[in-house]
Amino acid sequence: MHAEKTAQGIETGAGTLAPETLRTLYRHMLAARMLDGEAIALQRQGVFPAYVSLHGQEAAQVGSAAALDPEHDFAFPTYRELAVAVTMGVDLVGYLASHRALWHGGLYDPIASRFSCLNAVVGGPVPHAVGWALGERLRGGPGCAIAYFGDGASSEGDVHEAMNFAGVFGSPVVFFCQNNQWALSVPNSAQVAGGSIAARGAGYGMPGVTVDGQDVVAVFEATRAALERARAGGGPTVIEALTYRVNPHSTSDDAGRYRDPAEELRWRERDPLLLMRRALERDKHANADFFTDVEDRVRAECVRVRDEVSVLPPPDGSDMFAHVYREPTEELRRQHRVWRDEVEQ
Amino acid sequence: MTELATTPASADATASEHSMQQAINAALRTLLAEDPATLVFGEDVGRLGGVFRVTDGLQAEFGDQRVFDTPLAESGIVGLAVGLAMNGWRPVPELQFDGFAYPAVDQIVNQVARMHYRSRGAAPMPITLRLPSFGGIQAPEHHGESLEALFAHVPGLKVCSPSDPADAYRLLLQSVRADDPVVYLEPKARYWNRSPGALTEPDLPIGASRVVREGRHATLVAWGAMVHHCLRVAEFAAEDGVELEVLDLRWLKPIDTAGLTASVRRTGRVVVVHEAPLTAGLGGEIAALVQEHAFRDLRAPVQRVTGFDVPYPAGPLEPQYLPNADRVLLAVQRTLEF
Repeated sequence: MHAEKTAQGIETGAGTLAPETLRTLYRHMLAARMLDGEAIALQRQGVFPAYVSLHGQEAAQVGSAAALDPEHDFAFPTYRELAVAVTMGVDLVGYLASHRALWHGGLYDPIASRFSCLNAVVGGPVPHAVGWALGERLRGGPGCAIAYFGDGASSEGDVHEAMNFAGVFGSPVVFFCQNNQWALSVPNSAQVAGGSIAARGAGYGMPGVTVDGQDVVAVFEATRAALERARAGGGPTVIEALTYRVNPHSTSDDAGRYRDPAEELRWRERDPLLLMRRALERDKHANADFFTDVEDRVRAECVRVRDEVSVLPPPDGSDMFAHVYREPTEELRRQHRVWRDEVEQ
Repeated sequence: MTELATTPASADATASEHSMQQAINAALRTLLAEDPATLVFGEDVGRLGGVFRVTDGLQAEFGDQRVFDTPLAESGIVGLAVGLAMNGWRPVPELQFDGFAYPAVDQIVNQVARMHYRSRGAAPMPITLRLPSFGGIQAPEHHGESLEALFAHVPGLKVCSPSDPADAYRLLLQSVRADDPVVYLEPKARYWNRSPGALTEPDLPIGASRVVREGRHATLVAWGAMVHHCLRVAEFAAEDGVELEVLDLRWLKPIDTAGLTASVRRTGRVVVVHEAPLTAGLGGEIAALVQEHAFRDLRAPVQRVTGFDVPYPAGPLEPQYLPNADRVLLAVQRTLEF
């Protein structure tokens, strides 16, 4: 029932993007795919306690993130936005440190990266994007915010509050929903009343755009249009990218308990990397040498990230106390001493 | 412009009588004037000036970019503050009433209190959440709650509550200027009571309590509207020759353990008075601190006079729920006769 939604999706690779840009989009998707595979392997090896795979959602994430102005825009992820981090140039060792359970928010600098901390309260960061965007407009800055959330999070009250705030304020924000069809074990049919998250934009006075989330160029173009509109003072947009979570919700999940493997196979036929590769080949934007070369380079980078995240030192216990406050309370200092005397040794 | 001060310097010179509502208004004016990054927002805080008129005149003076109304959605308001803080602003959101903070608890606990920690200091949250609080005005349901124990329990937050206009001014300046998130609980029952006292710069560090009446027989520990209540009780007791010290705790996180202990050393007896229900209320925390730090100075068990473990009751029952003078005096008697 869900595959039908994208059955009419256009062939990818259309549009007016320069070949170099198209190849870059492919490289980001490949990097995310490979790193995702490394992360799953690290979980299997016991290096990561758990991991949440983005396999299948690379086009939605890379296409949207590549449309951002890396100098001025700011992204608010949940916890499955590895490909957004890849595209935005976030320190990926620091990003994956979150999945290695070294620090919940990861070890990258979210402000310098313009990519907020990983956030497990899906929906929670969406009003942050509106606040950031409002603050940007108050300052007269050129930046836009993009809020990532999924079909499951679209049920959260915070998402609705945030959309209404953004509509009322006319904030420069893009609500980017990756509808990957499954909120853990619950399908769209039991999650999304009315069947469309994009359609909800109308209720909040903003355009709602549905886009083929397997088509990186279509996602890029839709996001770029929304950002241009926001930057020009036209207010927010909601984009619903129809995509698919190919893997289980997490490495702890068993998707066989709730969905038909045939559905997964159908979606694998519309694998975003496969579609992009075909388009690049069809349009003669990339040849065999390119694919060999990019795979080699991306693999080397993934190996580096994998190796570095695997050997990161465990956090010092003092870190528990170091960041609770800017100005620590005397009581917290006392507890820090207790830790030092009774726990650290 | 009103006669109230617009800068800390001129505020220092303003020695007159104010209500707490006026003092908080003056503090917001000072803060908006001194730091262009400060923003005031919430439900009805703009044109109306807030349901308690605490933000009266601020939008006219500072413009609707810096003092603005939001849609009616508390979680959204607090979430907005988080994003504004991440973009360099110093948000001072108001939630209209205590009970309406509950819809925002996720943003307060999961986001405001933790973003600095989660980001390892990269994303400070200099947010002061103003929350008209506590009971005593015969208001509808959800308009008389005491949330201090809830917020004091959350790592990353600081919590304070003023008891009089001059201290409300100082505490708000201190809260907003701090780079950590502060929940500022305004005792709405005291909004309209005027008292003399200059509106001056903060003179005590964050976390400091103050003795508002000295005494030698027992210490009453209170905050918010209960401080005034305890001062009245101390007057009654004095008529019988019992000299009660009244400690205005002011900061509910961090709690002033040193100040508390010093007072117990003087009096040897403690009665904690709060509006919130008894069980797991801050009275228990204070009793624990007292016995940990001043066990040998104690001459009697710490007494707690609090609201009952019931939902906050409707108007006619309010005086029977809130700690009344007789209950506080009975507790004093129990501790003296122990």
